[in-house]
Order: sequence, then structure tokens, then C-alpha cells
Amino acid sequence: MSFVEYGDTIKDGDTAIVFLGHESMFPVKVQHGTVTQTKYGVIRHSTDLIGKKYGSKVTCSKGGWVFILHPTPELWTMNLPHRTQILYSTDISIITMMLELKPGSIVCESGTGSGSLSHALIRTVAPTGHLYTVEFHQQRAEKAREEFREHEVEHLVTVTNQDVCKNGFGVSNIADAVFLDIPSPWEAIGHAKSALKAEGGRICSFSPCIEQVQRTCLAMEECGFTEINTLEILLRVYNVRTISLQIPDLGKATEDNSSTGFDSSNPSSQGSLCTNLQQGTAQFKSGVPLREMVGHTGYLTFATKS
Amino acid sequence: RKIIFEKQWFYLDNAIGHVYGTTFEVTSGGSLQPKKEVEEATTETKGAGTDNRNIVDDGKSQKLTHDDIKALKDKGIKGQEIVQQLIENSTTFRDKTEFAQDKYIKKKKKKYEALITIVKPSTRILATMYHAREPGKINHLRYDSLAQMLTLGNVHAGSKMLVMETCAGLVLGAVMERMGGYGTIIQMYPGGGPLRAATSCFGFPKHFFDTLHEFPLSKVESLLSGTFSTEVLPSEPEGSTLVEEESNGLSDEKQTSLQETEEEPTTEASMEVSQAEEQETMDLSTEDVEFKESKEKGMKENVQEKQRKQWERRKKLIETAALLREKNSDGLIIASKFHPTPLLLALLEFVAPSRPFVVYCQYKEPLLECYTKLRERGGVVNLKLSETWLRNYQVLPDRSHPKLTMSGGGGYLLSGITVVLDKGRADSTHSEALKMEEPAAKRCRVQDLHC
Repeated sequence: MSFVEYGDTIKDGDTAIVFLGHESMFPVKVQHGTVTQTKYGVIRHSTDLIGKKYGSKVTCSKGGWVFILHPTPELWTMNLPHRTQILYSTDISIITMMLELKPGSIVCESGTGSGSLSHALIRTVAPTGHLYTVEFHQQRAEKAREEFREHEVEHLVTVTNQDVCKNGFGVSNIADAVFLDIPSPWEAIGHAKSALKAEGGRICSFSPCIEQVQRTCLAMEECGFTEINTLEILLRVYNVRTISLQIPDLGKATEDNSSTGFDSSNPSSQGSLCTNLQQGTAQFKSGVPLREMVGHTGYLTFATKS
Repeated sequence: RKIIFEKQWFYLDNAIGHVYGTTFEVTSGGSLQPKKEVEEATTETKGAGTDNRNIVDDGKSQKLTHDDIKALKDKGIKGQEIVQQLIENSTTFRDKTEFAQDKYIKKKKKKYEALITIVKPSTRILATMYHAREPGKINHLRYDSLAQMLTLGNVHAGSKMLVMETCAGLVLGAVMERMGGYGTIIQMYPGGGPLRAATSCFGFPKHFFDTLHEFPLSKVESLLSGTFSTEVLPSEPEGSTLVEEESNGLSDEKQTSLQETEEEPTTEASMEVSQAEEQETMDLSTEDVEFKESKEKGMKENVQEKQRKQWERRKKLIETAALLREKNSDGLIIASKFHPTPLLLALLEFVAPSRPFVVYCQYKEPLLECYTKLRERGGVVNLKLSETWLRNYQVLPDRSHPKLTMSGGGGYLLSGITVVLDKGRADSTHSEALKMEEPAAKRCRVQDLHC
């Protein structure tokens, strides 16, 4: 496996995702002789995982079973150990498209944080692109390097431990795109500009507060960035449910005539709606929004250097 | 080549040799290159009111008449100067607040200073453009939904992707961009041939198309049941495919010219493409002349040419069928005008386990059904029905707020990950496989009935 290339079978040293069912999963590092405890029992790596196909069902000691999935940046985002607040796939997807990333792109990122976005960026720019990521927190920088090595993508990424606002990205005139997720992005706009290629490129800044966005936009304008655009993207997830609503008793329900009248007013061709008169309910399928959803992650400000 | 865009017409000749992102001003008939930064016509009218309590709408605040303005325009005076004149002749301008003045100038500038920026084509530009200009052609797929699809589908270099779309080739183009010419794409198409009008706007290098395969949707059933063979392919539909593709080519050309007329950032690549197309047609016509010169030989050659093309097409089809038969695709992306359930259930067969799939639909209800059917079938985990909301903001000093209008809907996505089918379920599919060994004709009839 690798985060940038699919493999068929699970090998020693791989990172795999154990899927327990219904949004519940966790990553494991596959190693000979190691065991992993789940609520369905023990998984023995040597016999249960290594050599098996990704996507297989693995039976655990208690008779329960789990699926073993191939790692992807998206699954990693959902399961990675948090060292900071992270960016989720919804924001990541629009960032990737609006920064016009593709194989071969050179990207600068700061800060690295927990590496959620980093993995997605690396996946997109591989095999010929490169990610230069800057993290001022030494421990986090070190941890990120370790993860990239483990995930077999270290050749596609350079982690630098310095303050991007003071020292920049450590590269100049080579980037196609720059991404900033730092508390004071306006202090790094100048560095971002010099990191971008002379013929131009795209920039994105992620900030939770509108005051940060205002200062960033002003800084971008001063640096001559054009096409400055701020947007916000929200994900709505729906649960698929079969709902049955009770039909009110208007005093007619006992009369057969009126009930058939009701039936005919709801043609059975409407597949999603079926009436069960014996129980006095009508059933239908619905996509029900979750009780609680993410209402705000951050504003994304994009601009072009040309 | 004359091009019409936003009620202006111009020639692109002058734009060649400039970097992408250069802004041009339109003069009578040609494109002119003005300075990048127009030194702001400094609003030296620093006098400004604080509120609008004394501003009355009497319709007489502008002292220039309609005819005056037309006269200015006819004289070919620079737009910038017209705006200046309009400001000077507005009696209420000085009483307006600073922000209202700003807004007034911006509005007039938009109307009188015709500036055109030429940018490089990308998924970002094309998806935004198609969504704004021709949402019907792409099933109202908003660009943020497309972005989601590419991410959820883990589209990246080196994959073997299956794409079924009726979005004018926009989704295909987006996938091709993300794969950068590495890996394989198999496009499943309905009817006589794949539509790639939007794909051609990307200006992909030729080698990107070497990795692109296509397979007719109508042959999927026979491929799954094992009755597929190219002999089944009658020559008649082959011919129609040819015709279709030719007409596709035509519509391509129409499409690009249409885009050039409407598209905000006129893409140079689409221009290049149309130039290339012109060249092609030129070549064709010279060939035609040659044909006429030696009619007899030409006729024979023509037939041979047709046969050769048919043979090549058949060869490609066999190759693609072989690729599909491996049933090890790395992902499936569906965005079409068709009902997604039968497409998904059939095409998932070609996808390897532990790979992502994404289905787009403009409406939520078909995806609800799809969700239920997939649950019944099994072999998938992490099913998710979702939608994204996109909100744009105006960010200006002391005037930041969400934009007044936002898009009502960008469609819905159903995504998930394939896994190895259950043993028990595998048995049921096995019995299905047995059923599939029944005479093909009968099976076909049954399928027809289902349709």
C-alpha cells in the first residue's frame, strides 16, 4: 500500500483502516506478531491481515467481523491522531480544486498541523509534484515527518521547522499554489507571493474569523493579488430513513368508502409513498438531516498572482 | 476569427504571445493590450455625504441625456472618460456616502469600460463557467459538488477509473486533469458515442487521450453475463457511431464558439482547439480535392478507410472490454441524467474491493432508492448521502457580509467504499451467475421488459 498508489493485498508495515461498522473505524499499523483488540475480539496481524486482500471481511476471535480498508487521505482524515484542529474533506476538496492542483503541481503549505490536508495534497500532486510544508512547532514537525515516512510518501514532501511569518517557506519562485492555515495569515502573504512562480499561481487562506479574512484580503490586495474571492462551504449529511406518519382520525376512518377514497387519491405509482390503512399510517423514504451539523469551519479566501 | 462576447465583438490575434491573466480592452474590432494596473482614476471628489436623508429620486440627477451619452460613445471616447463625465454631471454624487460613490463608480465602470481577461482553462474555471452559463448541460452539477466527487472518489495519478457522465465531458475532463495522464480512464457512454465538448476546452496534451478508453453502456449487460463479443456488434451501429462522432465533432466546434461568445474568461486553449479544428477541416478539404482528382481510386480508398476505422474501433472496443473484465477498477464516478440505481448496480461489478465510488444526482429521491438497493445488495460500506452548501462573501473594509444571492442547490452525492461480497451473498450471486448462463436472447428480453 501507499497513500498515493493502490495495492491489492495487505503487507507487513502497511497502515490499514479497520472498519467496525457505522462510522466507527480506526487505523492500524500492520506488523507480524502483533494483535489488535476490537470490541468484536482480537485481530492477529500475521494470520488475519497479512496477505489478505484489502476490502476483505476479517472474523475476530469472538465471532464478530470487521472490514479492512485500503488507506486513502479521506479515511486518514477521519481517523488520524489529532495534534491540532484539522481540515476535513469538504474544505479540502474545494481547496484542491480552487488551487487548481494536479499531478506535477508544486505546493507550499503552512502550518502542517496534524497533516490532514498534507496527505490530500500529496495524493493530488503525486507522482511528479512536491509539497513544501512549514510547521513552527518542532514536535509536530517531527511527528509529521515520521508519518510521511510510514506512509511511504516522504519523497513527495519536505517538512521545514520554522516560522512562516518571519522566515517564509524556504523556497522561492517555484510554487504553483500556496495554502495558509495560520492565526495571522496576513503576515505571510508577502512570503507566499515570493514562493509562487514568477508567472503566477493561486493562493488560499483558511481563517475561522471574519476579522482575519478582512486583514488577509487587504494584505492580498496590497501585494497585487487579483481575483480575490472569499467563500464558505458546508456539508449536509442525510440519514436515509423509512418514516411512517399516522393518518389522523377525522371520524371517517371506519367507513370503508372514505378509506378507499383516500387510497385512490394517493396513486400507488408514487413508489416512495405507500399507505397502510389497517394501521392508519402512511410510509415514505426520506433523507433526514442529522440532528446536529457542522455550522462553520472557516472562511476560505482565494486569490491569483499573475 | 471573429468572436462575440458579452455584446462585444473582437479578434483574438492580438492576444497571442501574452501571459495568461493579461487584461485587454476592446476597441472597435480588435483586442488591445492596456496596462495591467489601470492607475485608479483617483476620485479627487473627496466630498461625501453621511446619509441619504436629503437625496430625492427625481430622475433628474444625471444632467447628461441619453443622446449625449450615445454621442460620447460614438465618438469612440475611452470608457474611463465617459465614467468621469457621468460623475461630474451627477448632481447627487457629492451628497452620496463614500460607499455609495464607490458603488456608483463600480457600476458605471462595468458598463463602459469593457475589459477582458484571458485565463488558462482549468477545472475551476470551466466548472464555474458551465454552472453559471449552461447548468442544464451538466445536470446542474455545481462546482463544489464536482470538487467533492473528485476528493471522495480519491481520483489521482495511476488509478484505473470508471466514469459514466452526461455532463458534456466536464466530469471526464476534471478526472483527466487530476490524473495528469497517468493511469487509465474508461468512459461508459450512452447512445452512439461519448460527448466531450467540455473536455476539449481543457486543452489537454495528446498523450492524455492515449489513456482514455470508451465503452458503450448498451454492451454492459452482455459483458457482465459473458455473452459479449465483437461479432455481436453489427456493422450498422458502428456506422452510426461514426456519424454520431462526426456530428459530435461539429457540435464540439459549435460548443467552443458558443463558449467563446459567452464565457467570461475567454480561454486561450479553446481558441487553440478551434484553430486546430480549423486546420483539421482544412486538411480534410484538401484530401477531398485529392479524392476528386482520382475518383475511382478515391472511392476504393474511402471504403478502405472506413473499414480500417471500423476495424480500429473494434480493436479498441475489445481492449476496453478486456480492461473491464479484469473487474479491478480503482473507482467509479457517475454523474448522468439517467436513473442512478441500475447504473450503479451494474457498474459496481467492475470495481475492485476497498475502492471508493461516488454518484451524483440532481435530485435526492433517486439516491434514497439507490441507498436502499445497495444495502440490500451488500458489498459496500460507509455509505453516505450528502449535499454541500456554498456561500460567497463580499469582503470590503466595513462592508463585509455574505453575498446577496447564493445558489439554491448543487445536487446530491451518494458515496461509499466497496468491500468483498459476503459469502452468503456470494452464493446468491453465484445462483444469479447460473441464471446468467441461460440463453442470452431470453435474458435480453427479460432485461428489455425491465427497462
